[in-house]
Amino acid sequence: MTDIVNNPAPAQPENPDNKSRSLFQLAALRFRRNKAAMAGCVMMVLIALFSYIGPFFVPHSYDQVYSSYVSVGPSLEPRPDEASLEDAMRGVATRARVNLDEFNVEGQTFTATLSAESPIDPRATRYFDRANEFNNTEVVATENDGRVLKVQGNVSREYFFFGTDPNGRDMLARVMLGGQISIAVGLLASLVSLGIGVLYGATSGYLGGRVDNVMMRFVEILYSLPFVFLVVVLVVFFGRSFILIFLVIGAVEWLDMARIVRGQTLALKRREFVGAAQALGLSDWQIIRRHIIPNTIGPVIVFVTVVVPKVILLESFLSFLGLGVQAPLTSWGALISEGASNIQSAPWLLIFPSIFFVATLFSLNFIGDGLRDALDPKDR
Amino acid sequence: MTGTQENILSIRDLKVDFSTPDGTVNAVKGIGFDIKAGETLAVVGESGSGKSQTMMGIMGLLAKNGTVTGSAKYRGKELVGLPKSELNKVRGAKITMIFQEPMTSLDPLYTIGRQIAEPILYHRGGSRAQARARVLELLELVGIPDPARRIDSYPHELSGGQRQRVMIAMALANEPDVLIADEPTTALDVTIQAQILKLLRSLQERFGMAIVLITHDLGIVRHFAERVVVMRRGEVVEQGTTEQIFESPTSSYTRMLIDAEPHGRKAPPADDAPIILEGRGVVVDFDIGKGFLSKGPRTFRAVNGVTVKLQEGQTIGVVGESGSGKSTLGRALLRLLPSDGAYRFGKQDISRHDRRQMRSLRKEMQLVFQDPYGSLSPRQTVGEVITEGLLVHEPGLSKGDRDRRAIAALQEVGLDPAARNRYPHEFSGGQRQRIAIARAMILKPRVVILDEPTSALDRSVQGQVIDLLRKLQADHNLSYVFISHDLSVVKAISDYVIVMKNGEIVEQGETDAIFEAPKADYTKALIGAAFSV
Repeated sequence: MTDIVNNPAPAQPENPDNKSRSLFQLAALRFRRNKAAMAGCVMMVLIALFSYIGPFFVPHSYDQVYSSYVSVGPSLEPRPDEASLEDAMRGVATRARVNLDEFNVEGQTFTATLSAESPIDPRATRYFDRANEFNNTEVVATENDGRVLKVQGNVSREYFFFGTDPNGRDMLARVMLGGQISIAVGLLASLVSLGIGVLYGATSGYLGGRVDNVMMRFVEILYSLPFVFLVVVLVVFFGRSFILIFLVIGAVEWLDMARIVRGQTLALKRREFVGAAQALGLSDWQIIRRHIIPNTIGPVIVFVTVVVPKVILLESFLSFLGLGVQAPLTSWGALISEGASNIQSAPWLLIFPSIFFVATLFSLNFIGDGLRDALDPKDR
Repeated sequence: MTGTQENILSIRDLKVDFSTPDGTVNAVKGIGFDIKAGETLAVVGESGSGKSQTMMGIMGLLAKNGTVTGSAKYRGKELVGLPKSELNKVRGAKITMIFQEPMTSLDPLYTIGRQIAEPILYHRGGSRAQARARVLELLELVGIPDPARRIDSYPHELSGGQRQRVMIAMALANEPDVLIADEPTTALDVTIQAQILKLLRSLQERFGMAIVLITHDLGIVRHFAERVVVMRRGEVVEQGTTEQIFESPTSSYTRMLIDAEPHGRKAPPADDAPIILEGRGVVVDFDIGKGFLSKGPRTFRAVNGVTVKLQEGQTIGVVGESGSGKSTLGRALLRLLPSDGAYRFGKQDISRHDRRQMRSLRKEMQLVFQDPYGSLSPRQTVGEVITEGLLVHEPGLSKGDRDRRAIAALQEVGLDPAARNRYPHEFSGGQRQRIAIARAMILKPRVVILDEPTSALDRSVQGQVIDLLRKLQADHNLSYVFISHDLSVVKAISDYVIVMKNGEIVEQGETDAIFEAPKADYTKALIGAAFSV
């Protein structure tokens, strides 16, 4: 009986207290060594944090309209900039019939030196407060018998790092919101398709025979229906809602998943451990749940990473048709389609959501590749 | 002695390492031996001894996490570390290889003629027509019947033995100096195994190449090889002429290998022992798909009117070549397949039982499979694997109770109970087969069908598994149906033997009667092939 104690299989180190590792742990280990996949993971986490945590740090809400900043370009400087403020100030000064000698802006406050032929009435500061840009204007000093007035007040300056859209809404806030919705749709719709597809495919493949035939023909019939038609029908029946988007997309995407899982199941059910389970007297459902589904998980996880970007794209297509999320809510797809129509006048409307969208797709693809390699049994 | 001949391939201090997540594994730890021109050298050892990896390393065929260091000189030319383009001039032309699995080593998309022509065209050039002529010649040489027709066949049209012949033809195409045969007959039936070995020997006489035979089967080695290298855990334990090794082995490991042939006999049960499982006129038909236009389904009759009576405490050995219907018979007896015939379990008639009715009986009749790698789900821990049956048959048990039963079952099959928290892939073949046996035994069955339980195991491990099965039989008064193509194992464990061919019983009787005085020609051929390679 020497074999039992001291003849480990060749692939094992001869370390008796070697920690037990499940296949999943081994896969995780391999995955962690894949640099591209890990970079994809980090990227995904950053994008998710940006989308979900980001809004707490941005003072603008996604649906707040800044009518004075319609279609302004992205900039790291606060808006309005000094030159346009000075212009505004000059205009105000003209209305108040005073000359503007000096104008400075520092942060959220401005100082101005005004002069006139005759002493200036301090109430002239009201003219300044009337302008959108300035408020709380007060006199700090008077010189030359009131002919020169130094005033100080607050300016409301806004940062629009990503610019604003044609309605004057902050793109940064909107990209974050779009990210929230796109990621949520991507994940939830994929989960819906995963749930339906895995169960359906495993059942169909495992039971086989006539049941399999009927179930798969049903899938093919659904395949042959045009996607948009299906969506329109569902929207008409259930009305337009956010939840519906998940369901509609999930209801279309599960078809591929079901086929993949069925194929896997056909191969798995010839494996001896399934035969052993039958010999133990397990019921069909127990075998599917305990043996078939856990063993299809590798290809399924990989396929999910392909489905997520596909779903995000589908959602944008739906939004484009006006069947997806509705304004003022938005998604990356909707933002990109808006941006595309303004590409000449306001390219930043296209560029920013696209960067995030592309980065997400890249990350997901790298993660998918990494998972496929990590779960590939041949590499074991 | 062949000592005067030149060394054609000399291996010195060869190491093969694999980098795994748990660190480097040294599969081959600095070994050295020589291969002389025209000799037959057998490299023997159990699985995991590094015998295949040595040859794979020399041929540059290691998995991508493997590295080879040291020296392997072919006629003075260093092969280790040679760039692939240089190595290709040697491998496939001067050193060729045939593999264990003839089913998978041929590409199913190309005709065999094209596959054999490939290395000829690559190494020698010349036109396709010339190559074809050469292929015909080779097919004739390796004894493929009607080569002019077979040259355009696809691999799936050939039998396992014919495919292995094709592999040999491919290996011979460029008249190699060294032919490495990695377990060339392990996947074949005994009668075909003998034919292939005979073919290799006659080809060696004709062409004078050296053959390196990698095998774990000492029976083949004894009859076939001139010199033997015994390997264990990546090291050479012993080397010498076949005579030396078999007559006076110096290392205890070699002696253990030689003695590993299963011994002993089983006494038949008392004549009045009650019949526990009976199948009368068992018929199993398989649908082989109905054609689109043909009328009605076509069926293949795998088992044709076989009757089996298993007494309590008896072991019936079922032998036959692959395709003889012996595994199908086993499953039909357990009512796992749709089949015709009358079945009884104890006093119960189970001919009409449907799946639900059978479920309560499953506890009593268990099945152990051939492949210890395939029969355990890779995603369950050993504990989950062996207690699964309890969930079905004794649903009242608490988690703690199941755990206690698992510990008891593992101890009974000679495994450390700590194994229940680990995953099947961490165990060796023999250990996995013990786990599979524990899974069957935990239900305390009365009948166990053993479907080639030892065929995938090394000889020394086989012996242990057979000892275990015997002990369990004695302890629990079990009845076995032991299905195997390995006659020496069947001889050791069963008291009654059924010989099957093409779904029918050719001969049956007490073990000694069958082995000492076989009546049917087929039985004689089987026994002849198995015991005198």
